[in-house]
Amino acid sequence: MSAYAADVAALARKDLRLELRAKDTLPAMLLFVLATFVVFHFALPSSAGDDAAYGLLWVSLVFTALLGLGRAWVPEREASAIDGLVLAPCDRSAIWLGKTLATMAFLVAAEVVALPVFAAFFAPLDATAVLAVLLADVGICAVGSLVAAMAATSRARELVLPLVFLPLGIPLVVGGVGATLSSQGGKYLLFLALYDAVFSLLSWASFEYVVTE
Amino acid sequence: MLSAVAVALMALALVLVFFVAPVDADQGITQKIFYFHVPIALTAYACFGWGAWKALRLLWTRDDRYDLESYTAVHQGTIFGLLTLLTGSIWAKASWGRWWVWSEDQLVLFLVLFLFYCAYFMLRFSLEPGPGRERISAVYALFGVVLIPISFLAIRLSKNFIHPVVFTRHGPQMTHTMFAAFCVSWAAMLVLAYLMYRVELLGKRIDENLRELRATLSGA
Repeated sequence: MSAYAADVAALARKDLRLELRAKDTLPAMLLFVLATFVVFHFALPSSAGDDAAYGLLWVSLVFTALLGLGRAWVPEREASAIDGLVLAPCDRSAIWLGKTLATMAFLVAAEVVALPVFAAFFAPLDATAVLAVLLADVGICAVGSLVAAMAATSRARELVLPLVFLPLGIPLVVGGVGATLSSQGGKYLLFLALYDAVFSLLSWASFEYVVTE
Repeated sequence: MLSAVAVALMALALVLVFFVAPVDADQGITQKIFYFHVPIALTAYACFGWGAWKALRLLWTRDDRYDLESYTAVHQGTIFGLLTLLTGSIWAKASWGRWWVWSEDQLVLFLVLFLFYCAYFMLRFSLEPGPGRERISAVYALFGVVLIPISFLAIRLSKNFIHPVVFTRHGPQMTHTMFAAFCVSWAAMLVLAYLMYRVELLGKRIDENLRELRATLSGA
């Protein structure tokens, strides 16, 4: 294993271990996504079809991710641990990659519960939909952990993160809803993969500028 | 000098649009807003692109004068973006009888971009001034230009309605005088945007110098 991969793994493991001990983020995300499902059950008229439910699935996934991202840099910000990480003799982008992987682990864990619940209570999900969720997770966490790092340094962090993240997430929602609803879901999966590739590369390359002074 | 050019081009554009270019057979006089709406939209793209270019220069050279230039360009782009949304909805009202249509790709794209760049100001002004803020603003401006084509593709994918497209792969579907009026109008908008950019930049620089001077005086 190269030194870079070892750094990334160590950073991601640190976040997972923190979560295992404190249990801050994941239970909150799980409860939140289930609560939004219940809210949507009452918000949807009984005449609304499956299509409307699929749309709401994507809304609740994006907001759940936002909840997780809002907590992503809290451990680093408290006691200024981020300064230590930036000074550490590793590539700065490894910090971003570690955070992206850890956030994605939380999001996927929340979805492991949320998607079967959705399929049981609202509408069935096929393999294309699950693949679309996974692809969207990559984009959400890649872009999200970068903009969350930006927002974490600002004064109004909880306020700024959704404002910054939602316009960036619109293409993901388009791709996700398209893949779930359309008969030719492959086109939308391709689009999600393109988004992931472009924005992961951009976030990976620009993270250094966000954290260094 | 620049302002004289801007005024002259704007006047020429108005003459060409209203007196020389033929009235559209299908849409009548309301089609004239096309000569303002589309150049404004293209100018907004140019401003966002210019802002991203300055942002790239900032990250590359670490020279902090690019920060103000990038910010000013994004600010002008946002103003032109708002104008695009306004003229677009006027055109939509005149053509389709509604102020807003979700099937119009470019308008929806501008709505997304407008939201994105409004968040730029929220983010920028909640950061402490300094190199950290300059870098973060620059990275954000770069994200903007990448978001433009991706969002455009997304909106194209999500649409379910075909809208008449004036520019196709076979070149513009316009007569020569219409095309000339369009080009002059676009040139006028670009010069106007550049003029506003320079004026705002000058004002911001004077502000900054004044602040530094004040700080020096009160410190002495």
